Amino acid sequence: MKHLTFKWRHLYLWLIFIVLYAPIIFLVVYSFSAGTTMTNFHGFTWAHYQALFADSRLIAIFLDTLLIALLSAILATTIGTLGALGINNTTRPVTRSTLLALNNILMVSPDVIIGASFLIFFTALKIPLGFGSVLLSHVAFSIPIVVLMVLPKIQEMGTSLLDAAADLGANNWQLLSQVIVPYIMPGIFSGFFMALTYSLDDFAVTFFVTGNGFTTLSVEIYSRARQGINLEINALSGLMLLLALVLVIGYYFINQYGRRHRRLPRRRRG
Amino acid sequence: MQRKQRLSRNTAYFVPYTLWILLFVLAPVILLIYQSFFNIDGQFTLANYQTYFTSKTYLLMTVNSVWYAFLITLATVLISYPTAYLLNETKHAQLWLLLIIMPTWINLLLKAYAFIGIFSQNGIANQFLSFIGIGPKQLLFTNFSFIFVAAYIQIPFMVLPIYNALSELKPSYINASRDLGATNWQTFSRVIFPLTLPGVKAGIQAVFIPSLSLFMLTRLIGGNKVITLGTAIEEHFLTTMNWGLGSTIGVILIIAMVIVMWLTGGDKRHHRKGLTK
Repeated sequence: MKHLTFKWRHLYLWLIFIVLYAPIIFLVVYSFSAGTTMTNFHGFTWAHYQALFADSRLIAIFLDTLLIALLSAILATTIGTLGALGINNTTRPVTRSTLLALNNILMVSPDVIIGASFLIFFTALKIPLGFGSVLLSHVAFSIPIVVLMVLPKIQEMGTSLLDAAADLGANNWQLLSQVIVPYIMPGIFSGFFMALTYSLDDFAVTFFVTGNGFTTLSVEIYSRARQGINLEINALSGLMLLLALVLVIGYYFINQYGRRHRRLPRRRRG
Repeated sequence: MQRKQRLSRNTAYFVPYTLWILLFVLAPVILLIYQSFFNIDGQFTLANYQTYFTSKTYLLMTVNSVWYAFLITLATVLISYPTAYLLNETKHAQLWLLLIIMPTWINLLLKAYAFIGIFSQNGIANQFLSFIGIGPKQLLFTNFSFIFVAAYIQIPFMVLPIYNALSELKPSYINASRDLGATNWQTFSRVIFPLTLPGVKAGIQAVFIPSLSLFMLTRLIGGNKVITLGTAIEEHFLTTMNWGLGSTIGVILIIAMVIVMWLTGGDKRHHRKGLTK
C-alpha cells in the first residue's frame, strides 16, 4: 500500500516536469527538422541554424539585446548598490520603510503599466524612442531587484567592521572600496545577474518604449511569431536555451563562490 | 567627526538612487494618472472615466479580464500546491525546485511560440487527440488555450512561494496533530493548509496581477478572443493612440492591483521576480 502511494507521487511530479519541459524540447527538436512547420519531423538538418547565422539583421538585434543587457545591468547594479548603502544608513524607520515601499513599486507593477507610463514619461521629456529609451527603462526596472539582493548582505555586515576601519583612519573612499564592496560582492554579483536576466527576458516594457527603428530579441520574436511558424525562430530558441543554461550555471557558481567566501572568515575566527 | 563622515557618505550614496525614485518611480505613475484626464486632442476632460464607467464593452471587458485571471490563478494553485507538497517530501528537493524554476529562464515569447506549434491544426496535441479517437479540434485561438498557456507560464511562480511556506513548516505541528488523533485529511485542512496560506497568498499575488496584463498571450494564443486590461492598454497606447483612455484603463489596473495586494496581505515578500530568476 505504502509502496503504491509512493509511486503515484512520483508519477505526478514527473508529469509536471514533462509538461514544463515538453514545449521547450519540442522547440529545439524542430529547430533541426528539414521541414518548414512544427508538425512532422522531416529529418535532421542544420539549415535553420545556418540561416540564422546568415541573417545579419537578426545578429545585429542579438548584439543590441546583449549590449542593452550588459549596460543596463552595470548601471542598475551601480545605482542599486549605492541605494542599498543609502537605505542601510537611514536612521529613521519611517524613511527606511518609505524608501523600501517606493523601491518595491516597480517590482509589483504589471509590465504593461511600467511600459505605458515610461512611454508617457519619455514623450513628455522629449527623449527619442530607441536605444536610449530602452536602456533607461531596463536600468529603471532592474534597480529595485539589485537593492533587494544587496541590502541583506549589507545588513549581515553590521557596523562594527566599519567603525573599526574608520577608527583606524580609513577615509570614505577606503571604507567603500576596501571594506564594504569586498564584503557585499556576492550580493552585488547576484544583483548584476538578475538585472542581466531581467533585461534579456523583458518583452512588455521594451515593446512600449522601443519606437520604430530599434528592436530587441523578444520584440522581434513577437512580431515573427505573429506571422506564423518559421523554424528560424526554433533555431534561435535553441541558442537562447544555451545562453540561459550558461547563465544558470554561472549564477550557481557565483552563489557557491559567495558561500565559500562567507565561510572562510568564520572558520578562521573559530 | 564620524557622524559627519557618515552623513556625507549618505548623501553621496543617495543622489543617483533618489533621482531614480523621483524620475522612474514617482514621475511615471503621476504622469499616467495625469494623462488619464486628457482626451485624444489633448484637452482636459473627465470623459475617459465617463466612457469607461458607462460603456458596457469596457465594464464587460474588465469583468472578463478579472474572471480569466481568476481561472488562471485557480488552475495554477490546483496544479502547484500538490507539486510543492510532493517536492517538499523528495530527497533532493532543492535540485527539483531548480528544475521547476529553470523554464522561467527561457524567454516568455519563445514558450508562447512553442504552443503555436503544439496547438496548431496539425500540431502534436491534435495528433494525440486523433490517436486516442477524439479527432482533431480547434485548439489554438480558443479561451482554453489561453488559460492553459498562461497557467503553464505561471506554475513556477506559484510553486516557489508555496514550497517556501511548506519547507518552513515545523514538522512538530504535524506530529502533534497526528498524536491528537487527526486523520490525514484533518491534518492537512486544519494544520498544514492554514499554516502555508501565506505562501499561497504570495503565489496568488505573483500570478493574478500579471494575468490581468498578458497582452502578448491574448494575441498569440487567445486569437484576440479574450481582451484583458493589458490588451486594452496596449491597443490604446500603440494602435489607436488614445493615450488618455489607455491611461484610464491603466489606473483601473493599478486599482485592481492594490485591491489584490490588500486582499492577499499587503507587503508580503514578493516572490515573483526576485527569487525566481
